[in-house]
Amino acid sequence: MTIGFGRNRRAAFAAAAVAAALVLSACGAGGRPDEGSGSDPGAAADPGITATSVKVGAHFPLTGVAAPGYSEIPTGAQAYFQFVNAAGGVNGRQIEYVFRDDAYNPTQTSQVVNELVLQDQVFALLAGLGTPTHSAVLDYLNSEGVPDLFVSSGSLLWDQPQKNPMTYGWQPDYEIEGKIVGQYVAQNFPNARVGLFLQDDDFGRDGELGARRFLQNQIVAAERYTPGNTDVAPQIAALQAAGADVVIGFNVPSYTALSQLQSLRLNYRPQWIYSNVGSDPTLVGSLLARFSEGAVTGAGMLDGVITTEYLPGVDTPDNPWTQLFQRVWDEHGGEGELTNYRVYGMSQAYTFVQALQAAGPNPTRAGLVEAVERAGAQFEGPWVAPFRYSADRHAGISGMEVTRITGKTTESLTPVQVTDNGDAPITEATTQPAPPPAGGIPDVRPGS
Amino acid sequence: MTQQTDRPATGARDPGPIPARRRFAALRRRLPHSTFGRHALAVLLALVAVVLVLELTSPFRNSQFATMSYYAIAAAGLTVLTGLNGQISLGHGALMAVGAYTTGLLLGPEADAGSGLPLPLVMLVAAAVTALVGAVVGAAAARLHGPYLAGATLALAVAVPGLAIYFDHWLGGEQGLRIASPEVPAWFADAVYFLSANETPTAKYLAYVGWGTLLVVLLLLANLMAGRVGRVWRAVRDDEVAAELAGIRLGQVRVLAFVVSAACAGLAGAVLGVVVRLAAPSGFTIVLSLGLLTAVVVGGLGSLTGALLGSALLVFLPPAVTNFGTAAGLDGTQAAQLAPFVYGVVLVLVMLLAPSGAVGVAKKLARRRTG
Repeated sequence: MTIGFGRNRRAAFAAAAVAAALVLSACGAGGRPDEGSGSDPGAAADPGITATSVKVGAHFPLTGVAAPGYSEIPTGAQAYFQFVNAAGGVNGRQIEYVFRDDAYNPTQTSQVVNELVLQDQVFALLAGLGTPTHSAVLDYLNSEGVPDLFVSSGSLLWDQPQKNPMTYGWQPDYEIEGKIVGQYVAQNFPNARVGLFLQDDDFGRDGELGARRFLQNQIVAAERYTPGNTDVAPQIAALQAAGADVVIGFNVPSYTALSQLQSLRLNYRPQWIYSNVGSDPTLVGSLLARFSEGAVTGAGMLDGVITTEYLPGVDTPDNPWTQLFQRVWDEHGGEGELTNYRVYGMSQAYTFVQALQAAGPNPTRAGLVEAVERAGAQFEGPWVAPFRYSADRHAGISGMEVTRITGKTTESLTPVQVTDNGDAPITEATTQPAPPPAGGIPDVRPGS
Repeated sequence: MTQQTDRPATGARDPGPIPARRRFAALRRRLPHSTFGRHALAVLLALVAVVLVLELTSPFRNSQFATMSYYAIAAAGLTVLTGLNGQISLGHGALMAVGAYTTGLLLGPEADAGSGLPLPLVMLVAAAVTALVGAVVGAAAARLHGPYLAGATLALAVAVPGLAIYFDHWLGGEQGLRIASPEVPAWFADAVYFLSANETPTAKYLAYVGWGTLLVVLLLLANLMAGRVGRVWRAVRDDEVAAELAGIRLGQVRVLAFVVSAACAGLAGAVLGVVVRLAAPSGFTIVLSLGLLTAVVVGGLGSLTGALLGSALLVFLPPAVTNFGTAAGLDGTQAAQLAPFVYGVVLVLVMLLAPSGAVGVAKKLARRRTG
């Protein structure tokens, strides 16, 4: 039973190793075949698309701290895609929409995007949410050639067509938002001492850059908070000490609630202006109630706060787009009401349907990206100003209007302002957004 | 590779009343006499298994294995610290962050930027830097016990991601430091092709890098645990006074355990960095540290096999539960919320029914059968 092994172990091991190597190389290929006999790269169809279906993936925070609000966006997109599918899909293809949870953690984003691209074999990624999260997969998607359309973040990172040809922004970036808000303040509060309340990352930095173009001489303080640290007392106290009577906040919704509570505590009542991201009255209202443990209820605290808008909100039930989205949500939505976040998701889904139509009857991944470059600037939808898509630019919506929150609705303070990054001038929009097509589904001709 | 006994393979000398035991003894006699030899053999076999598994599974599974490898490296380091030396650490996520950021600074955001060092060297530097941090933390930790140690390491977990935000010009702030993914070396792709006729995409190469590192770490840790150092660690864990009376310097031993564990965490962070291609503060929250600790506990405290099992659970359970939820007709959001719920239930059940973890249960079963 133990012949040879006990004494001559070393030789036995060598023999075993040689045998293993032989077996391995025998079952392997041994070497590469000559070049040229490989398959034609153009022959294989792109993954995720068949004659009857097209698969789209997304990553969103469905659990964790960022989930309130943001987790509603994919449910809106889902409802709109079901609405389109019920009407026969796009060129006979049903849209299959898969969204996965990354808990707003870049490590998990990288895992779920791997899952979407490799396991679920999606044709394209749509509206992945968040700057830190999505930048973890930016290189990967571009090196794999996966269309990465309409990222849900206003960072300038998504507008780098030379480096990231597959990636497109969608919402107005924070810099043009800063410019539009800055100009409004300079014109309407020319003597105000302006304070800035900024998230300490690209969001706050780009917003500040835009605002300083118009308010350089009026800004008396720029206070930054670190996301995750819920104590904003020093920042609010510094703004109060600097005597700022207009405060512009580039912050996320939870910090709108925190800054409101803190200024209430300090009896500090400036004119607050919040960026679009941080100003959803319903969400901020529920956060206020939670943070103050019921002491402050409802969105009443945001009464009189100035913000910006680029999509119709649920507070304007007469808007034909809101009516369309309400119909879609009633017919295909899940639990809950139509919210502004769901409108956002539906608007992105609407844009995606246009892109798919523009890519023609047999879209490829490269064809989809190229179609948005070619036709994207003419896409019409619920957004107030056109996209800035072209061969050189992948930047999203080009304008917004300044509004004031009154009770549960908002009132316009300016017409739609359109601009671009850098020192591009701000102009008034000349056209109104067109009403939705009768069927509620866009009709973009390929090659237009 | 997970035998922690200090005995050499003397089982063969027992006559062994049961035939099964005699067969086992005969098998054991053929194994190398030295502990290192036995561990090396196990690692070689594991390497063959890794090659087979990575070549036969889909690219997505490869990427999951790459993810599992960095969790397992960190969990192996943690199980040595907590299971063998009795020191709890809630700060291993932060130590991984040190490794990941070091890797990010050395490799740079683009393939042609950075220091141009080869990947193995970068990983070693990351491990060394983290070990240094571990020495500092360990020196403080050696004076603390129980909840105070947990508190101090918790502070580490909270503070380190904050540093990345504070020094945002250096470390990229909230949106993190992009890390260039290493190119697949031509010789490596050729070797894999020679064996299996498969091409090597980056995901698979990273899985190889991760598992190669993991196997080396397991080999080294298994030897450390089986030798004098491991014995001393266990002695300090079991009875400090007795250990001190036996001439063991508690402080030094504790710091050494922390340094070894931190070096593993640093390596894990380096692998994480190249796999995720990003080091961002939101990737190294307290949730990561707690996840590692639960992986170690669920798998079985003090066992390297347990660390492997626990990290497999960490990686494979949530997507499986989410897909199960979707298949059962839940919508995407509800299915996603199911994953943390099931994870919590598993953790509670393990604590109630099998506090010694999966490996503890397996050992108990094996003992019952043979004894």
